[in-house]
This record gives sequence, structure tokens and C-alpha cells, in this order.
Amino acid sequence: MEGKITGIAGPTVTLAMPGLKMYDRVLVGAARLFGEVIRLGPEGAVAQVYESTRGLGVGEPAISLGKPLTARLGPGLLGAIYDGLQRPLPEVAAATGPFVLPGSQWPALDAERAWTFVPLKQPGDKVAVDEVYGSIEEDGIRHLLFADQAGVIATMARGPITLAQPVAALTGGATLVAAQDWPIRTPRPWRRKFSPTTPLVTGQRVIDFLFPLARGGTAILPGGFGTGKTVLEQAIAKFAEVDVVVYVGCGERGNEMAEMLEEFATLTDPWTGRTLRRRTVMVANTSNMPVAAREASIYTAVTMAEYYRDQGYHVLLLADSISRWAEALREISAALEEMPGEEGYPTYLASRLASFFARAGVVETLGGKIGSLSMILSVSPPGGDLTEPTTQACLRAAGAFLMLDTALAHRRHFPAINWFQSYSLYDQAMAGYFGKEIDPAWAALKRQAQTLLQREEKLREVAEIVGAEGLQDLDHLVMHTAARLRQEFLCQNSFAAEAFSTPALTLKKAAMLLTQHTVAEERLSRGEFLTDLLREMV
Amino acid sequence: MRLAEHVYSTISAIRSQLLFVEKVAEVRMGEMVRVRRPDGRELEGEVLAISGETVLIQLFGESRGLDLAATAVLFTDSIKQAPLAETMLGRMFDGSFRPIDNLPPFVPEAWAPASGHPINPSSRARPQEFIETGFATIDGLNTLVKGQKLPLFSCAGLPAREMVAAILKNARVTEAEGQAGAGFALVFVALGLTHHEYAFYLEAIRAMRSDFVAFINLADDPVVERLMAPRFGLTAAEYLAFEKGRDVLVVATDMTNYCDALREVATAREELPGRRGYPGYMYSELASLYERAGRLKGRPGSITLLPVVTMPEDDITHPIPDLTGYITEGQIVLSRELHQRGIFPPVDVLPSLSRLMQQGIGSGHTRADHRAIANLLYRHYARGRDLRSLEVIVGRDGMSEADRGHLDFARSFEEEFVHQAEARRTVGQTLDAGLALLHRFGFAAP
Repeated sequence: MEGKITGIAGPTVTLAMPGLKMYDRVLVGAARLFGEVIRLGPEGAVAQVYESTRGLGVGEPAISLGKPLTARLGPGLLGAIYDGLQRPLPEVAAATGPFVLPGSQWPALDAERAWTFVPLKQPGDKVAVDEVYGSIEEDGIRHLLFADQAGVIATMARGPITLAQPVAALTGGATLVAAQDWPIRTPRPWRRKFSPTTPLVTGQRVIDFLFPLARGGTAILPGGFGTGKTVLEQAIAKFAEVDVVVYVGCGERGNEMAEMLEEFATLTDPWTGRTLRRRTVMVANTSNMPVAAREASIYTAVTMAEYYRDQGYHVLLLADSISRWAEALREISAALEEMPGEEGYPTYLASRLASFFARAGVVETLGGKIGSLSMILSVSPPGGDLTEPTTQACLRAAGAFLMLDTALAHRRHFPAINWFQSYSLYDQAMAGYFGKEIDPAWAALKRQAQTLLQREEKLREVAEIVGAEGLQDLDHLVMHTAARLRQEFLCQNSFAAEAFSTPALTLKKAAMLLTQHTVAEERLSRGEFLTDLLREMV
Repeated sequence: MRLAEHVYSTISAIRSQLLFVEKVAEVRMGEMVRVRRPDGRELEGEVLAISGETVLIQLFGESRGLDLAATAVLFTDSIKQAPLAETMLGRMFDGSFRPIDNLPPFVPEAWAPASGHPINPSSRARPQEFIETGFATIDGLNTLVKGQKLPLFSCAGLPAREMVAAILKNARVTEAEGQAGAGFALVFVALGLTHHEYAFYLEAIRAMRSDFVAFINLADDPVVERLMAPRFGLTAAEYLAFEKGRDVLVVATDMTNYCDALREVATAREELPGRRGYPGYMYSELASLYERAGRLKGRPGSITLLPVVTMPEDDITHPIPDLTGYITEGQIVLSRELHQRGIFPPVDVLPSLSRLMQQGIGSGHTRADHRAIANLLYRHYARGRDLRSLEVIVGRDGMSEADRGHLDFARSFEEEFVHQAEARRTVGQTLDAGLALLHRFGFAAP
């Protein structure tokens, strides 16, 4: 289908092209810039364009690809670095240089790379839609290949194959290919969805112990600038106990992305010993790359994450930051002259966010396996003000709220998670799991730690009025242990060996600090001197 | 592609710096236009939006003297590009890249679009080469590295420009490589400066004696050019860094004037205002400038960006410093209180931060004990600052001996470590000063 450009405003282009459908993908202008139809009306079709519209002229041609924006799914995603439209950035750089030029299009998966195909069917066998007919191994990840059409198998490959060639042919001429395209705005289907029951171990003591996350759950990390959102997201990406990580740098810094790419190429996954790159798919749409591609980036990422979930794996999607996505949405909405809601954000911000969060979960896949997709999204509230629309919309949908605190960050307390404001709705369920798997005392120790931290806060207020000398010995002991909890347990250096802690080690450390406290409390009540006790404890 | 220039005299409306031209055929987004006034003088403009045959044009300059009937609009069929050559070094230009130093235009060797193209994230090299600024608070505690963007958050009346001038005078890449030489260049972008400030910077640049290019938009120059000046500056910087292999330092001051210009232009376009009237896309807009800093894999040269932001009402949560802080790799925050106590540079190290410090310090870069010293100084100073509020309530006598020690440490830290007046310190001197301070107060030192 062909047409032409009749108007241009910011990232949106008006097209005269009858027959277009909503969300159809289009290529506009002589430079063939990528776009997506987002409005149809008497004035024509409006497409949001994923690249700078500078230089685009009215009257230039536009063509429709007749299908929505899709992600290419198949073996070879792991270790790849994509932009928000799933263009492989290293391949683009190799061909066009270190700057991203508009209009470049690239296949997301390497069609030449050889994979070992293991057939599960033979010529003559019947195959039904969504039935598994073979598998491919990728770095310890097994890709099951599902038939997208029914028929009788005529020929079937075996051993080395590439994605360029069909792996099977059906009688009648139809073929089966090892890769597929999936529209990014459509959630991939599943058979059943379950409540999260197992923890998502992050390796961060403050999270795993006080605010545990769940596989299939969602969490948000809001915090002003300098509170360590990105460092924490990256630390979780490194150490989380999952099979596959999809990391989206959504409208964030390029230098940080470069740092992460370099680190992930050298560090190894503490759970399997594989290089981190080999379990990670990266989407890098930095803040200076086009906003429309930023808007699409989280959908591209979640679609790839769902694909691995559908193979029966535990997948973690990290996005840094969802606020930049919301701002991209606002920019496009403003270009469409839509009626704005709060702070200029479109009124559909909350519902779009909620449906995005809904793509997380533990599911029974169409193939009968159990897979999970968890999400941890950072939020960048303007001025650190958590009452702003994006944070509030996220709060209603997310299962855990890990609030990053500017005051803690200024004191160089990292991760700067505020232990009074944060919460996890998975708390009860996960405490039960850890109680069973790690130590029955888990829940009790956690309560004790939280009580101590709360008492410290109250005592600090008292001390500000009456002076530290006005406190009783028992109070001093509480302040002492709470300070140790903060400095030795809740703080965790992301750049040192202790950057990662298993649940068993986390519990051991907490138990050591808290037991010392219990013992000292007892001895104090028996009349021993505080100074002696404190000297022993250090 | 058209063969000839098009001239139209079909202007239907003029609104502040916007022109609506009707019945225009084949026009491109961002196309440069020349607007000829009835008196024959010309004005530049750019295509901002196209709807059918109606074209919206942004003027670079005042619309005074334009009319609907006799004014002509000439479409040039070209997109605004920056002329580039190494001979632009030593030259001064206005916000539209026209020479203002009474010298003839230079001969371009290349052309590039002023808005640039984003660096492919996988082509970026990790910034890790230490830059010595001579200031203890920066070198010791918030280390700057090549390819970083580190803004200076100042308040009205604080000596940000004196700090910038000192950095221009003192900055060294490493001790071994020596002073600013053939490989170094400064790009100076003045955004809405008063003549008084401009004269001060000009003197600093001349005293620097290394290569520079200046893009000057003063307070009484056209507001739209204020939006173009940093783009031309950064395009020039990209050329010098990535084509000619130089280490380029870009100083842009004052970004607050830039953002106000952005708000002014956005309001004239009747766009929906966001926080405090600034447009909703200000984050993307600032990112399109700041993110042009960096290094590329396999190529020499770097762009280090040092923007100056004056925080309106001394408020760090104001949209301008807030959005800047979300994009840049840290910030250096100046404090009015320290300034009033005569401390120079008045850097408040607690809210200051350099995100790329980790890679630029330690053995091989500065010194092996750098991280440990910085951490200790931070911890004890933060403790001392916390105790100041307690001191106000209970009085110094009501405090324990240890607490009094921290109070004294905080004061000495500000007066001896932060304060250095005119003196330039090497990073070795900075670390020794910190170490000596820790020893004197009996704090465990590495």
C-alpha cells in the first residue's frame, strides 16, 4: 500500500493513504523512516515516527507494511544489544559508524548463525498449531519451536540450521521457521496464571530480608537523581536468581549503558558461572535517541521477556526508567493535541501502565511449562516528589515499593532504600518460603530488626531534645545495634566483593547482629555495665 | 528535491516569532527559510510544522517590521548545517554561527547538522581518564573524567564563573601529559550572559592560551539563537573531538537562560506547558545536548561537558537543575552558606556527586588510597554536619566528646580542605591534605 505525506508536526506525520489500520507499521519519506499509525480520521492517518523528522518533506512517499510493530523472537537474542525498535546496535555501528543515522533497518536476529536443531517429529508425523516440533539449544537455554500451522510434516531438518532456512516443510508447501514475529503491544498468551509463591532473590540484603520480591511479581524503585537507581538496577541485573534478564535503558545515560555493556561482558553470573552477557538481552534507547522509539522500547523488551517465559524460564525485566517512557508518551500525546490530564500527561497513562504491569506473572505456558516474568522498574519523580502522576500510577499496580531516599544517599548509605516507607506485598508469602527453606527464625528476626530500627528513630528524636546523655543504657544499646544494622547489614557496596549475598548469608549476618543484641540486653538486665558490653560487641 | 529556491508572499498570520505561510508546495521539516522584510532586510527562519499547504515558520530574530502583504519568504531547500574546519579555532561566532570577531568567514572542510546524531550506545567507550581541575572538592571527592558531563549547580550571586575560570586555567588531563597542549580545545558557549559576565569569561579564555571556539549569545541577542548556540558549539566539539582527535572541554553557561528561552519559544508556539511553564519535552531537549558528551571506541578525542546551571530560588528541585541532574553524571553543588563564610570554592560536597568517579581513580589513575580517603572524609563530614543541628538545640557542652570532635572536624574540613582560595592543588596534595586532616582528628586512616 502506498500513499504520501501531507503534514508533519514534531514526531508525528499525517499521511494520505486509504486502507491503513490502527498500529500498522509504515515507512515514511525518501529516507524510509519507521513509523506506526496511531490515529485515523478524516484528515488522514497520523503516524508516530521513530526517528527525527528533520528533513522529511510533504509529498514524499509512504508505504504500509500492512502489519503492526513486531519483535523478532528466536535463538540469538541472548547477549544482543538492541535499540527500542530491536535494531542490533553493534551491527548498526559496524555498518554505519558510531552515530545512529535515521532510516537504518536491520534484522534483529543473525540469519547466518548456525544452531543445532533437535527434531521431535519425523516426516509423516502430524503437527497441530502450537505443538512443539523441535528444539534449539542457546547457551543453556532450550528454545522449543512451536508450529504456527497444522499439517503433516514432509521434510524435517536435523543438526546445524540457520534462521534463514525453514526447518521443516509441510505437505502442501507450507514451511516452519525457527524464529517468529510477535506484535509488541499484544501480550503473549498463556494457559493459566498463578499467584507468585517463590522469592526473586536479588542478592541485596535490604531487599531480600526486609522487602522480598517474588518471581512473577512487580516492584518499583522511585528516587530523585543521585539516589542510586541505576546502580541498584544494574546490581540486581547482575545477581538476581533468574534464567534470563532483559534490561531496558529507557531514556537514560549513554555512558552508564557503555559501562554496563563492558561489565556484563566480563562478569559472570554467580548462580551458573556463565558470562552475564550470555543470560542478558539489552535494550538501550538512551535519552537522546528518538522519543517514539523510547515509548516502544519497553514493549519490545517485555515481548522478548515473555518469549523466554514461554519456554519455561524465570525471566526478570528491569527498566530504567519508566518515567522516561511516561514522558515520551506525554510528548507524543502533546503532538497529537490530545486533552491533557495531570501535569500534561495523557489521561490514559495509568491504564497503559497497569496493562504493562499486567504482563508480569507466573504462568503455565501453552506448552504446559511453568515460567515467570518479574519486573523491577525504576521511577524518576521530578524533584523527588512522589505525589507526581507516574509514581502514583505505578504505586497502584506494583507489588513492591522500594523508596530510594535522598537523605540516605547524601550520607552515602547505599542502597538508599528507606526502611520505613518501603513495602512489599509479597512479604508474608516470602517469609513463609524463607522460613521453610532457610531458617524457621527468618520472620521473627526480621520483626526484631524492624522493631530495633523503629526504636532507634524514636530515640533519636528524644536524644535531639534531651541530648544523648539523657538516654538510658538499654536505649544506648538499641541505638548501637541499630547503627550496626544500618552500616553493616542494610548498606551493601555494589563495587565490592559483598555486592551479592545469598539468602543464607543474609540470614546469618542478621542473626549474628541480632543475637548479640539479645544476649547483651539480657546481661544488661542482670546488672552488667553497658561500656563493657559495647566493647565486647565491636 | 527541488531545483530552485521557492519564494512565497502568502503569509496569513504572524504571531510573535512565528509565521504562517499558505499554499506552499514541497517543503521539508527543518528547512531553512529567508524572510525578506518590506525594507529589504533579511531574517532567517526554519520550518517548524507542516499541515497540508500551510507551513509554520520559526523566525530567528524579531518579527518587528514584518507585514502580511509585502514580506516574502524564500525556501532554500536546505537544512541548517554547521560549517566545520580546524581553522574555526580562535574564532568567535554568534548563535547562528556568524563570525563576530570582524574576521572573514573560514573555509569549511566539512558540514554537519547542528542537532547532531545520537551516539550509538554500543560505540561509546567508558570514560575513565582522570582530569585534574585543581580543586580538592572535585579532584578528591567528585572526580571528573574525560567524556563526562558534570554540571555546576550555582545560585545567584555565587562565584560559579570564578570557579569555571579557575578550571579553565588549571585543568590538566594527567600530570604526565602536562599542560593543555595541541590535543586540547575549549568550546565556550555563552547563553544569555550579561555583558559584564561575558567580559569576565573572555578574559579567562584569553588567559588560558589554548585553542578555543566561542559561541556568544548575550542577554540582548535573539532568544531563538540561544537555542541554536549550544547545538553549534557541540557540533564543533564533535568535529574537533572525533574527526580531529582532540580532547574538547565544552563550557556552557548559563543553562538556566537556555531553558527560559525554550519556555519562551514553546509558549509562543502555544504548546502545553509542563512543570512551572517549561515544556514537557525539556528532558529530551536537554538530553539531546548533554548526551553529546562522551568518548568513542577506537577513536581518540573526547567531549567533556561542564554546564553551569543557576538554580532559581536556590532550589535544587526546580525543573532546570532537576532535569539536568537526571541526565548528567553527577553535579557539583555550590552553597550560599559556605560562600558567606568566605570559603572558595563554596562546594557543598554532600549533595555533590560524580557518578563516573569510580573508574577514574585508584592506582593507575590517581592513587591507590583515593577511594578510602574520600569515603572517610565523606563519612566524618556528614556526621559532623548532622550534629550541627543537634548543637543548636543542646549546645556544645551538652554533647559527648566524640560528637564535639566531629563538629570540629566538619569546620576544619570546610576551612582547610574545601577552602583553597587561589591555590591550585594537585591530586596528590589534595589527598595528602585529606589524610592529614583525618590523622589530626584521630580518625582511622587507610
